[in-house]
Amino acid sequence: RDFNERCAQCSEVNWGVTDGGRFYCRSCHNVTERTREVVNTDFISNTRVQTISKGLRKQEKNDGGCEWYVCEGFQLVLKKQAEALEALGVCPQMKDEILYNFWRHYLQKSKQAYCNRPAGETMKALSVCDSSTDVDSEPERPSLLHLSLSESEGDLLTDCSFASSTSKVSESTSVCSGSVDGRLYLMKNQKEKLRMTMPMTLSFCYMALLWLREPMTLSDLLRFVVEGHIPYLNVFQHFPEKMKLCGLDLKIFCVESWPAYEEVYNKMLELAAFLDLPRFPEITDSCFLHPDMLCMKYLMEANLPDELHNWTCRVVKKTCIGDVDFLTLVPGNKSTRKVKYDVLAVAVVVVVLKLLFLLDDHYEWLLSDFAEEQNKNNKEGGPYFEFKKWYKVIKCSLDMEQKKLDEERAKYLWRCEKPLFYSANKKSKVLKRRQMVVNLQNQFGKLSGSVRPAEKPNPSSFQLSWSEENTDGSCFHGHSLKGILQEKCGLLTAMNTDYWLCTVRLCKEKLCGHLAHYREVDFPQSYHFVLRLFSFLLRIQPSYIHDEVCVIEHKLFNKKVCKKPKCNTCLRK
Amino acid sequence: SSREHKSNFKKSKEVCLSYIQDAMLQKQWKKAAEFMTFYVESLEKDFSTEYMGPSEMIWRIGTEILCHHPRSSMKEFNSFIEQMKTLGVKRYLKVCLEHAFHLLCNGQIDEAYQNLSLAESWRFGEQTVIQDKEMKLIQAYRGLLDYYSWCKQKNILLEHGQDGFEDLSVEQEMHRCFRKAAVNLKEIIKIPGVWDLFVKCYVDLLEFYGDHNEARQVLNEYAYNSKFPANPNAHVYLYQFLKRHGESKKSLISALKILHDIAPSHELMIDFNTMLQKSKKRKKRRLGLEVIFAALDYAGWKENVKAWRCLARQVKQIAISEKHLDWIKQEWNSRKSWWPAFHFSRYLAKRDWQGNESLSYEKALVAGILLGKDCKYFKYVSHQGCKAQVKRFRILKKFVNKHNPVYLRICH
Repeated sequence: RDFNERCAQCSEVNWGVTDGGRFYCRSCHNVTERTREVVNTDFISNTRVQTISKGLRKQEKNDGGCEWYVCEGFQLVLKKQAEALEALGVCPQMKDEILYNFWRHYLQKSKQAYCNRPAGETMKALSVCDSSTDVDSEPERPSLLHLSLSESEGDLLTDCSFASSTSKVSESTSVCSGSVDGRLYLMKNQKEKLRMTMPMTLSFCYMALLWLREPMTLSDLLRFVVEGHIPYLNVFQHFPEKMKLCGLDLKIFCVESWPAYEEVYNKMLELAAFLDLPRFPEITDSCFLHPDMLCMKYLMEANLPDELHNWTCRVVKKTCIGDVDFLTLVPGNKSTRKVKYDVLAVAVVVVVLKLLFLLDDHYEWLLSDFAEEQNKNNKEGGPYFEFKKWYKVIKCSLDMEQKKLDEERAKYLWRCEKPLFYSANKKSKVLKRRQMVVNLQNQFGKLSGSVRPAEKPNPSSFQLSWSEENTDGSCFHGHSLKGILQEKCGLLTAMNTDYWLCTVRLCKEKLCGHLAHYREVDFPQSYHFVLRLFSFLLRIQPSYIHDEVCVIEHKLFNKKVCKKPKCNTCLRK
Repeated sequence: SSREHKSNFKKSKEVCLSYIQDAMLQKQWKKAAEFMTFYVESLEKDFSTEYMGPSEMIWRIGTEILCHHPRSSMKEFNSFIEQMKTLGVKRYLKVCLEHAFHLLCNGQIDEAYQNLSLAESWRFGEQTVIQDKEMKLIQAYRGLLDYYSWCKQKNILLEHGQDGFEDLSVEQEMHRCFRKAAVNLKEIIKIPGVWDLFVKCYVDLLEFYGDHNEARQVLNEYAYNSKFPANPNAHVYLYQFLKRHGESKKSLISALKILHDIAPSHELMIDFNTMLQKSKKRKKRRLGLEVIFAALDYAGWKENVKAWRCLARQVKQIAISEKHLDWIKQEWNSRKSWWPAFHFSRYLAKRDWQGNESLSYEKALVAGILLGKDCKYFKYVSHQGCKAQVKRFRILKKFVNKHNPVYLRICH
């Protein structure tokens, strides 16, 4: 089954597939007579990439375009995103195996390919058969076609009637889209079939990352997207020339909003269920996504003492959120609450801070003064952690970074060089506008004074970094918690013995979409500050973190909460 | 895709706009220009149904930046405006008009004229009708520039006339300008509004060519047509015209009467009072008193010697004749609670005496009659004046003392 024959001319084993469906040697471009029927899956997964890039269609429309289907567009998008992720350090398996398989599976399930009766067949155009459609002489959709023929998993193997449906669609093609099925795509009630959208491409990516347990959280992924390291905005720029976008394609492929965490996450869950995926690979305590690991990461990033890690681990253990069964995703299982690893970890840190410092706008400052006193008297040994100092340092950095972020967002450019028109008659207007925009940018750019700095910052998992080598004492990693702990029966416990619950009762998520309702004015400012910090790092609303904090608290104080349902929100530990 | 009303694109452009606005308010033109480069792409999504869409924003803001930025030039500005003209047909004439204003402000009169002429010839179906107001304004301003040319030609002609030259071509050009200007100026002043400059120029033209009737009619219309907003200047122009042509006191007075009603603090009130005082009719003299009191209610007149002299003269005359004391009583009634502190405080007495002797003299007279010989102002000034041995102050002192009973009668 492997096409491992050596090339007749150069004896290399390096094959590609031509448009005509024949194999050619990539080293010497010798074309063989062997056609695609003999090929196996593995081989094709590599050549798929090749064939798409070579230009897809045999039929060329007048404007140099060709026919293409919406799902092919998405396939390209996914390919680009996977390549970007690989460049960021994700293992190549992701692109070539995991993501690709997920995608293929999806196409099958949603009946867009690899099946007997593909979606879109009801389109009138498809019944028009051009005499020139000759299966042998035309490569049709080499990518999908290849794959369907060599399916080894017992799925439907028929000659994709897709092939015969690639007739000249000419007049029947709605002028409203460059793609063949654009209008249909948007029109049909796709709820059962889970219609593909741009945000969903990120769901695919995240799902693959999760499957491989890659050290990238969803918030990291989305941040990389916004920073431009992963193609998303204007990704259609990378479509080949022949794939013309217009009309309704714009609605499908052009985004005007950043993908929201919730949306991408929920879609991922839907997708996993839709594809009937089994239990995902297990998240154990050696995984990056395990709360013990992630907490450490966030503690470092938030410039908090390493010693707090002991406490986060204790909370994790007590609430059982470190259990493999809790953390591992089982698609379709509606009874378990799904885990957002980054939010969870951050919430644990917040809970620990509340445990140790209370964060009621009063006690934490007292503790800080106390620690400061001890620091004065205790010159030797490491310094004790002072909340006040930490607050000042972090506030300063946070405000600065937030300001930078706000400015970046204001300066964001959404448009790209490749112009898009809704229809042919708008083309000239669009081009004129584009030209004017460029002119104006030049004119005012000259008056800006400063040269625009280089664009993308280097992608990094950490947004804030603190070095212990700084002599200004702005790094708190090595600071000790002794200042706020006391000895009790040989054990170190927190001096703080109180705790306040964020909410006495959790809401029903199904009713209002949230477990709790966060309003800044209702809570202490220190608490809000801490939420703000992590909200910035994760680029999500503080209320999401607050929700998670509530859940953890309820798990932690489960017994106490259940015992006295009418108790006030202040508890003794 | 999401349920948000606005996309992040729109939101980020709004935020960008607020950065531009901040920068402009702080006169940081470089920063404003920088953010502008990021804002302009919103033109590509300008499906404006909003009142103030991106096109208009960019036009307005861009204009401000290019006007104030140190490295900007008229050339840059012009090229920018030309682009703006193509942006929205609904705004075309407005942009042309404002462009012309900018050119005029920068002394580029010929260019402004060309712009206006070009705009005048613009036609765009329905839009031409919709933008009728702007068109009229464009024509009016072109008329104004024609007037300006006419003036130039006239001056040349006068110069040549002095030198003994006759210049037929200049004269013809002058008449041509007149015709063009007259047509447009006449049109615009028909529309209710404030057209001071246009009216003045038009009247100037008419007077030059001897069409006094038309001029008078125009001014009357402008001043008295109730459709036009109340405008003190209209009455001033009319008054000046009537005066120029030696009209009767009666018509002059009637012209100024309304001015007094609308703008009691107008500088012509002195002329008005002077005319009224001299009148043989009692009513007119009564009005005169009212006019001068009303004028001096205003802070801007506090140190106006002429005005005080008018009042002093009238008050003196009434005090001597002892007739019509009730006039003073009536006028003083509403003022006696605040005029003393406003005009006749001890501090002011000192200041007036040191700053302007004549002022203090006139005021002292008025104070002496209205507030009696024991009032602060009069006492201080007359004392100072007598000390300095200025003759008229001695006379004043005697006068006020003599007529103190008048004061007593007034204040009861």
